[in-house]
Amino acid sequence: MTALVILIVQLIVPVALAPLLTGFVRKIKARLLGRRGPALLQPYRDLARLMRKEPVLAHNASWLFRGAPYGAFGAVWLAMTAIPIFTTSSLSLGLDLIAIAGLLGLARILIALAGMDVGTSFGGIGASREMTIGALAEPALFVAIIALALVANSTALPDMAKAMGDGVGLRVSLALALGAIVMVAIAETGRIPVDNPATHLELTMVHEAMVLEYSGRHLAMIELGAMLKLALYLSLIACIFTPWGIARDADAAALAVGLGLWLAKLAAGGLALAIFETAIAKMRVFRYPEFLGAALLFGILGVVFLYISQHLK
Amino acid sequence: MSGVDQWALIGMVQAMFLVLAVGGCMANRWPVLIVPLYALAALACLIGTVAALSTLLAADGGVSRLVLPVGLPDIQSHLRLDGLAALFLAIVNIGGIAAAVYGIGYDAHVSQPARILAPFPLFLAGMNLVPVADDAFTFLIGWELMSVASWLLVLTSHEQADNRRAALVYLTMAAFGALALLMAFGALAGAGGGYTFEAMRRATPSPTIATLAALALLLGAGSKAGLAPLHVWLPLAHPAAPSHVSALMSGAMTKVALYALMRGLLELAGTPQWWWGGLLAVIGGLTAALGALQSLTQNDTKTLLAYSTIENIGVIAAALGLAVAFKASGQTLQAGLALTAALFHALNHSLFKSLLFLGAGAVLHGTGTRALDRLGGLIHRLRWTAPLVLIGCLAISAVPPLNGFASEWLVFQSVLDATGLGHWEMKFAAPVVGALLALAAALAAAGFVRFYGIAFLGRPRDRAAAGAHEVAPSMLAAMAGLAGLCLAFGAWPGVPLAPLTRIATTLADPSGVLSGPLLDGRTAWLAVAPHGELTAVYSGLVAALGLAALTGIVVGVASMVSGGRVRRGPAWDCGFPNPDPATQYTASSLSQPLRRIFGSVVLAARDRVEMPPAGDLGPARFASTLRDPAWHYLFDPLIGLITRATERLNLLQFLAIRVYLSLMFAALIGLLIVVAVAR
Repeated sequence: MTALVILIVQLIVPVALAPLLTGFVRKIKARLLGRRGPALLQPYRDLARLMRKEPVLAHNASWLFRGAPYGAFGAVWLAMTAIPIFTTSSLSLGLDLIAIAGLLGLARILIALAGMDVGTSFGGIGASREMTIGALAEPALFVAIIALALVANSTALPDMAKAMGDGVGLRVSLALALGAIVMVAIAETGRIPVDNPATHLELTMVHEAMVLEYSGRHLAMIELGAMLKLALYLSLIACIFTPWGIARDADAAALAVGLGLWLAKLAAGGLALAIFETAIAKMRVFRYPEFLGAALLFGILGVVFLYISQHLK
Repeated sequence: MSGVDQWALIGMVQAMFLVLAVGGCMANRWPVLIVPLYALAALACLIGTVAALSTLLAADGGVSRLVLPVGLPDIQSHLRLDGLAALFLAIVNIGGIAAAVYGIGYDAHVSQPARILAPFPLFLAGMNLVPVADDAFTFLIGWELMSVASWLLVLTSHEQADNRRAALVYLTMAAFGALALLMAFGALAGAGGGYTFEAMRRATPSPTIATLAALALLLGAGSKAGLAPLHVWLPLAHPAAPSHVSALMSGAMTKVALYALMRGLLELAGTPQWWWGGLLAVIGGLTAALGALQSLTQNDTKTLLAYSTIENIGVIAAALGLAVAFKASGQTLQAGLALTAALFHALNHSLFKSLLFLGAGAVLHGTGTRALDRLGGLIHRLRWTAPLVLIGCLAISAVPPLNGFASEWLVFQSVLDATGLGHWEMKFAAPVVGALLALAAALAAAGFVRFYGIAFLGRPRDRAAAGAHEVAPSMLAAMAGLAGLCLAFGAWPGVPLAPLTRIATTLADPSGVLSGPLLDGRTAWLAVAPHGELTAVYSGLVAALGLAALTGIVVGVASMVSGGRVRRGPAWDCGFPNPDPATQYTASSLSQPLRRIFGSVVLAARDRVEMPPAGDLGPARFASTLRDPAWHYLFDPLIGLITRATERLNLLQFLAIRVYLSLMFAALIGLLIVVAVAR
């Protein structure tokens, strides 16, 4: 029974709160720039408006174009469900960190294909850049997973959260892995300096260029999926590197504490993201290899330091 | 089923292939034979599959032997059917069924069908003989039959000069590979002449001999499988053959080569040394990344698929290398897991690569072109082919819930295990190989988004694509069967993994140290859970059902809220839609960022744009050049060297008879001196 309740909370709460997180980041960014900014609930209103509107499809849009937003959203949603956001108990979905990366890859492929379906040049530019970023980010992510798996002896997130929660101490190698994952997360969620979610200049778009042809409920699904992906990466980093308060058993009080702390971690992550984005400028496309190459280097250094510390022990 | 029955089935299959080859020679005169010949070939492969599966599914993994009184004097022909052989027989014959069924529709329009139909059964016969061979001669006869028959198939469209060149390069490399294998077997048989594999298993060769044999095996089988830098023939030869033969060459023949590598390194070549495995893992990682990158830069549908085969062979070789390294270090459990990963990826690759080659054949059949830049919008014309090829693209891109992800997941688990190896070289190689494999997977995903997006999506770039027609039902049936297997093995990886773990345990642990099974058996139908120091679970079923359920919920909610209406209108394209399909992204432009980032270093890729002078209304021209590092650094210099040497040696042809006689005398004296010194 408790397991079912936990699963339902895991399914519903992140989707329900993801727009709030995006609204929060936008609000903080606006305040940092000296503007009042839109209301916190504005993303919900935008989504509701898009859902009500009738989608306009291009004449030659195929079934893949219509299906991809739902498939991509389903993949991100399933990946989000596999992250132990407030409890490690009873969450044995059988999807580890590699499977989560795979599901996000599925979402990326579907949206990139949908971007090419109508046959416009902007769709192609977006798909091309999105897949380039993916190809640069995945090696860095995998090497960071190696570093984490060396500490936790597992690629399953509940085990990682437990191992890190049991006090592995402050380690240089983990800081390097954190750096690698944060950089990958920035690239994968399309944030500054890799992509600008608020841009309206076509030539600098990546994610937005792929979804230019979408409207109505299809666009709502894509927007909600992007918001959920941001919540997913923040939750992922939070559950691995700040596993404090994640409930180990199905005790109601512990679960409540876990849920409350998850919200606090999301807020802190959103705040950090807003400050970082305000302080930095967007990069040129051909600077991505340097950015994500640094992430790969961090990951490899993390693994090497772990070897050395294990050897010295 | 007892052993006798399996041998009867296998014998029947070989006999059928021989009869079919004779019948195939007459297909030019009586084209009506095409359909029955292919149907019988499919039936023969079905019988072969049944024989293989009955061995695979036998709980004891029963080994059965057969000695035929044919072959060289005093040696006879030894045959042996065990789990590993049965798995590769199954891979060959499942691919064979699909190719033969597909051929029924495909060959109806070929001008000289005998050119395909005569060597096609021989090719299958060779691939059916290699896995069951249990002595070096029978093995090499099967191997050479496979090579020569596929060489004939590469020459099917011999009137094109490119195909003739491809066939020549292929034949040269095949001869080289067979020579290397001959050396390997010769070294292992030693002076005693134990040419049966049974004798090689019992013998304990000295480390030097074993290493020499292992390197020769790596050259011989690796060149056939397509390991860099000996891969150069593969992207020339595989696309030149008819599409269903390309599917067999990429899907089945490369696997037979990997079979030789597995059999040789893990069973025949004595005690493995850890660095063989390390070398193979690093070569595998590099091959995977290089193959994926080159696949991304090709504009020909079938060449692109051939390079992607090289990538997947690299992945399998990396896992196999880790298995060898684990076995040499005494970590039997991890060796078994790495070998399971290699076997599972081999099986999966044979399925989705066959599917994709058949799909590329359907595109060629429907449009008449292999040039990616002339296609587009086929999703509207090839209504059934398009979703089937999409399944293949997703499977090869290694995303859940398809089978490609399940096996790559196991490979990545083995890479993580490899951080626990004792040797520092291997410890440092592990993250590097892991990063290379991750890079290869991501590049493959980009490459197949490019392949599918350019060929099937967008607007038709050419009249050929605009007027494309759907292919024959038999071709669709072959693709649908393979796509169904991709989906099923993705959702229930535990089902194929059960026999694979038995095979891997037998190979990794011949002395029986291992107490338990490799995978956690309790939840096998639900999830894959390797035993070992690392705990991890992957459930294909949860991924498949979860995706279906969550996507279903989203679709339901969205259509409930918004009523499910849509309106059609012109494309938006930021307000400036251009009706000319040439304004779409092309295959070259889609891969431009990755070509510039990686290709400019590895492939010396250069893009050149020639603009007309100001005021001139002529077109601007774009040219993109790249080169394969293996050709540039290895083969071109080698070919130059051989050409110069043969020109020098040509002098020998024009000597007087007395000079020849004195040369022969000198050679005799030289040999006698060698013998005297050796004594």
